Amino acid sequence: MEKSKFQKKLEAVVEYERTPVPEKKLKGWSSFIGMYAGEHTAGTEFVIGPLFVAHGVSAFDLVFGLLIGNFLAVLSWVFLCSPIATKSRLTLYYMLEKIAGAKLTLVYNLVNALMFCFLAGSMIAVSATAVGIPFDMIMPSLNDWLPNSLGWVIAVFAVGAVTTIIAMFGYDQVSKFANLAAPWMILVFIAAAVAVLPQLGVTSFSDFWQVAKDKIWTGTPLAGQSKFTFWHVMFFGWFVNMAMHIGMADLSILRYAKKWYYGISSGAGMYMGHYIAWMASGILYALFLNESGGSMEFAPGPIAFRAAGIAGALCVIIAGWTTANPTIYRAGLALQAIKPKWKTWKVTMVVGTVTTIAAAFPALVMRLLEFVALYGLILMPMGAVILMDFYIIPRMGLKSNYAESSGKNINIAVAVSWVVTLLVSFLLNRYYGVEIFFLGLPGWFIAALSYLIVSRFIQKKSIEKGVAV
Amino acid sequence: MITILKIVSFIGLALTLIPAFFVFTGTISLDANKTLMLIGTVTWFISAVLWQKAPKTE
Repeated sequence: MEKSKFQKKLEAVVEYERTPVPEKKLKGWSSFIGMYAGEHTAGTEFVIGPLFVAHGVSAFDLVFGLLIGNFLAVLSWVFLCSPIATKSRLTLYYMLEKIAGAKLTLVYNLVNALMFCFLAGSMIAVSATAVGIPFDMIMPSLNDWLPNSLGWVIAVFAVGAVTTIIAMFGYDQVSKFANLAAPWMILVFIAAAVAVLPQLGVTSFSDFWQVAKDKIWTGTPLAGQSKFTFWHVMFFGWFVNMAMHIGMADLSILRYAKKWYYGISSGAGMYMGHYIAWMASGILYALFLNESGGSMEFAPGPIAFRAAGIAGALCVIIAGWTTANPTIYRAGLALQAIKPKWKTWKVTMVVGTVTTIAAAFPALVMRLLEFVALYGLILMPMGAVILMDFYIIPRMGLKSNYAESSGKNINIAVAVSWVVTLLVSFLLNRYYGVEIFFLGLPGWFIAALSYLIVSRFIQKKSIEKGVAV
Repeated sequence: MITILKIVSFIGLALTLIPAFFVFTGTISLDANKTLMLIGTVTWFISAVLWQKAPKTE
């Protein structure tokens, strides 16, 4: 039987999973600016901004903590991820297979895909709060962990299905959609916040700072929420996408960049999304808290609808899409690296289904700050390993891509580095009270050093035994 | 044609953003702003899709 046009189109999606991206497929600035601005002006921004308010961040800590944290994040993309991406032109998963070995990469890919599913799930959940508005759906609250109504589950599945279908068509479609929505989305964030400022008592620009301190970022956390300081904000701003920059997941995206310095386009996402949009959504949530007398309901859709009407609700839906799409796509790549013969669209469909099921649990949204910090921490050690393998290992007279050159399925040095980093991080958190938001920095040094030390030991031993490497 | 569509697109974006500042100054109501934002949104998405899909030879 002749294949349908639809299926032919799906099977034509080629993403160079195991070959370098060819010269003719490289993309210019606009692709990346659009991609980053769209991806980081997203559904999560409607959650993170309000959660800062709930955690009692002060106005000063927010403004300056984010300014510095975002700058550090951009530097991480430009100087750590982007140069390797444009030199190798390979996905994170394929690079890791060469360095860590097929079996270890398989474990990493499973963990990675699961994390991406949860992250995309939280964005689908955010979109669902907007989809449910016309149906007077019962919205989740800050303390909800499980689905609270059938309406909620139906809304989540509707959003999840559409998001998955778009992601099944690959990076080009995602990029086009993000490019189209990005400029409009950031304007909706800004407009919604500006329009409600008078209701918070801001009638001139000179009023803003005082109202910001007294009514928006008051420095007092809501009941049951921990207190966030300048350091929480700064490290969160830096590490919220740790898996992408320091963790090197964006090798898969930036390998399409013509030049290494295109990594600076991440700044569009950081300062539009993780600065302006976080502030804007914080302002909207502060108004909701003021009007509701401190209600525990936590639903970005109705909050945006209250401030900007149908355009606000659409923004929440589309913002969720533009982040969930590339995240599902990345999760698909992670799984496809396990079995390269699987069709990209089929893997994406499975990933989208898992993501949608996860999205039905509001806990993903309510504990989003902790989740993204954990997700970055778990995946980050592999980024440190790739960086060391690319630059330092050859200078030590050792072999890069050791698993490939030695024919091993598991590079013990990588396994030790990963396990030791996570174990030490766990101990620091459990016994020394170091919060999860601060573990990424010491974790990176532990991962890098342990990889170098164990690599030296293993490769030296192999040479002594006469094993060709 | 593309130039006209681009101008329409930017009018859409302007309608999404600028009325909010009129609410801030007390010139228009919040409800009027919501309507203008919706018009701006529809204008942006329709016109932007059209000029992005149009052949680049023009």
